[in-house]
Amino acid sequence: MAKVLMKGNEAIGAAAIQAGCKYFFGYPITPQSECPEYMARELPKIGGIFLQAESEIAAINMVYGASGAGARVMTSSSSPGISLKQEGISYIAGAELPCVIVNVMRGGPGLGSIQPSQTDYFQSTRGGGNGDYRLVVLAPSNVQELVDLIIEGFDIADQYRNPVMVVGDGMIGQMMEPVEFKEPKKRALPQKDWATTGTEGKRKPNIINSLYLQPEDLEEHNIHLQKKYDEIKHNEVKVETYNIEDAEVVIAAYGTTARIAKTAIDKLEEEGIKVGLIRPITLWPYPYDAFEKINDKCKGILVTEMNTGQMVDDVKIAVKGKYPVHFHGRYGGMVPTPNEMIDKVKAIIGGEK
Amino acid sequence: MAVVFDKTKGLTDTQFHYCPGCTHGIVHRLVGEVLEELGVLEKAVGVAPVGCSVLAYKYFNVDMHEAAHGRAPAVATGIKRVLPENVVFTYQGDGDLASIGAAEIVHAAHRGEKITTIFINNAIYGMTGGQMAPTTLVGQKATTAPYGRDEAHCGKPLRIAEMLATIDGAKFVERVAVNTPGNVRKAKKAIKKAFEIQLEGKGFAIVEVLSTCPTNWGLTPVEALKWLEDNMIPYYPLGNFRTPEEVE
Ligand SMILES: Cc1ncc(C[n+]2csc(CCOP(=O)(O)OP(=O)(O)O)c2C)c(N)n1
Ligand code: SF4
Repeated sequence: MAKVLMKGNEAIGAAAIQAGCKYFFGYPITPQSECPEYMARELPKIGGIFLQAESEIAAINMVYGASGAGARVMTSSSSPGISLKQEGISYIAGAELPCVIVNVMRGGPGLGSIQPSQTDYFQSTRGGGNGDYRLVVLAPSNVQELVDLIIEGFDIADQYRNPVMVVGDGMIGQMMEPVEFKEPKKRALPQKDWATTGTEGKRKPNIINSLYLQPEDLEEHNIHLQKKYDEIKHNEVKVETYNIEDAEVVIAAYGTTARIAKTAIDKLEEEGIKVGLIRPITLWPYPYDAFEKINDKCKGILVTEMNTGQMVDDVKIAVKGKYPVHFHGRYGGMVPTPNEMIDKVKAIIGGEK
Repeated sequence: MAVVFDKTKGLTDTQFHYCPGCTHGIVHRLVGEVLEELGVLEKAVGVAPVGCSVLAYKYFNVDMHEAAHGRAPAVATGIKRVLPENVVFTYQGDGDLASIGAAEIVHAAHRGEKITTIFINNAIYGMTGGQMAPTTLVGQKATTAPYGRDEAHCGKPLRIAEMLATIDGAKFVERVAVNTPGNVRKAKKAIKKAFEIQLEGKGFAIVEVLSTCPTNWGLTPVEALKWLEDNMIPYYPLGNFRTPEEVE
C-alpha cells in the first residue's frame, strides 16, 4: 500500500479501523482529541459506532461492556483522563477482556499542561488501578510505529485476553509523517466463546466478572493471571538496540526521547564518540535482557525521559549494578534537546559520578 | 396434579444469599418471570451492580456482566451498542445508581440508551452495613447518620424517578413497591412494560422499586414492610412518571 501523510492522532484511528475496531468510546482531552474526532467521522461510514461518553469513567466502562460483548474496541485519552480510567482498566484486566487503550501523555501531576511528557510510565507499567495486574504497554517513537503497534496491539489483546496500552505523547500525537498500513504478522487468536452475546439457547450463561469472594478462589485467579503475564514476558518483549556492543555510553530511552537520542548519537559519532541506544518498545514487559549485551568497557548508562526518572528503576534492575546509571530529564512539557544529551554523555565519559 | 405455580426459568438454581425478608429476592423473581414471559432469556444480557445484589450474575439465567460500583449503565451502553438486537438490563441499588453512579444513569437516560434499568431503592446502603444513601429519609438513622439524616447537613433524599422523568431520552419511568401482593403485581407489570419499551426500540426505561432492608433498618421483615408503607411511599409516591403515548 502507498504511503500517506497523517497526523499521529488520526493515524491511531485509521490503524484501529484497519485492525477491525468498530467501536470507540472516549471523552475529549488535549493533546489527543483528533483521535476521537477522526473516529466520529470515520466509524459511521463502516457501520461502526463512535460515542462520546459523559466522562472517562463512563468511556472505559463502555469499553468494558463492548469488549465483554465480543467486539474489538478502543478508547484514547491523555494523562488526567487515563487516571479516571484506571478503575475500569483494573476491572477489564481482572475480568480478562481485550481492548486497546491509548494514552497520549501530557505534563502532570494534576491538570499539568498540554505539552508532551512521559510522566505516566509508572502508572502504565505498574498499574494505576487497584490489584496485581499488568497491561502490555507499547511505546512507539514515530507515527509509522504508532500505526504498526496499534494494529498489532489488537491482536496481542485478543491473544492474551488482556488490555493493551499504547503510550505516545503530545509530540507523536500532533506530528505528521508518511505512514503505510501493513498487515500484522498472523497470530492464532482464540475464539471469543466467553462473550456475553446472549445464550441463544445453545449454552450455559456466560459471566464476565472480577469478583472472587473466597480468598482461595481469588488467589487462584491471581496465580492464573501471573502465569499469563509470564507467558507475555516470554513472548512479547520488543526492543530496538543500536551499537551497544562497542559503545562507550549507552542511552536508554523510549518514544519521542529515543528519537531525540538518535540525533545526539549521530552527532557524537561524527566526533568519534561511540554511543549505543536501547529503546524499549514494550515498556511492559520490559526488555531487561537487552542490557546483557552491553560491552564491558561501557562507562555508564544514560537514561533520558520527559519525566523525573521513572524508567531509571527498570534500567537499574537490568544492569544489576554493572554500570553506573545516570539520568537526564526535562519535565512539565519541556523536551530534552540533542545537545543536552551530548553534554551529559561527555560528562559521563569524563568521569562524572 | 396440575402445576399452578412454578419457579421461573429466568432464575438459576443457585440459592439467594439475601437476608430473610429482604425484597431483593422478590424483584429478582419478577425480572426472571418477565424475561421468560417475553421469550427473551436467550438474548438477554444483564449487568449486575456493586451492592447486595452484586451476585445477581449468579441468579439470573442469562448472560451476565459484573460492573464496577455505579457504572452498570455505561457497561450496558457498551454491550447494547455492540448488540442492538439483544435485551440489555441493569439491576442497581440506590447507593450504586443514585450516588456513585448518578452521572452514568443520567447520561444513559439522556442518550435514550435502549436499555432497561431495575432500580432498588431501599433507602440505605445494604451491603456495606447500613450507611446513609442519597435516598435515606430525613430523620432516618444510618451508621453514617447516627443522629438521623439532617437536611441542613446533607440535603433531602433524592427522588430518582422524578428526576429522570425530566429527561427526554427516558421514555418509561415508573415507581413501584413490593410491600403487598397487589403492589408486587403492579411492579411486575411495570417491569414488563420497561422491557417492552426496549424491545420496541423506544429508548431508556427504568423502574424504581421501593424495597426493604430489614437487617439494616433494624426491623423484622413484617415491620419493614409496614415501615416502607408508612415512611417511604409518602415521600416516594408510586406511579408512572413517563410513558410514551403509543404504549399507554
Ligand atoms: C468504588 C467503590 N466504592 C465503594 C464500594 C463499597 N460498596 C459496596 S456496596 C456499597 C453500597 C451499596 O448500596 P446500594 O447500592 O444501595 O445497594 P444495597 O446493598 O442496598 O442493595 C458500597 C459503598 C465499592 N465496592 N466500590
Ligand atoms: S443487607 Fe438489606 S438489602 Fe442487603 S440482603 Fe440484607 S436485607 Fe437485603
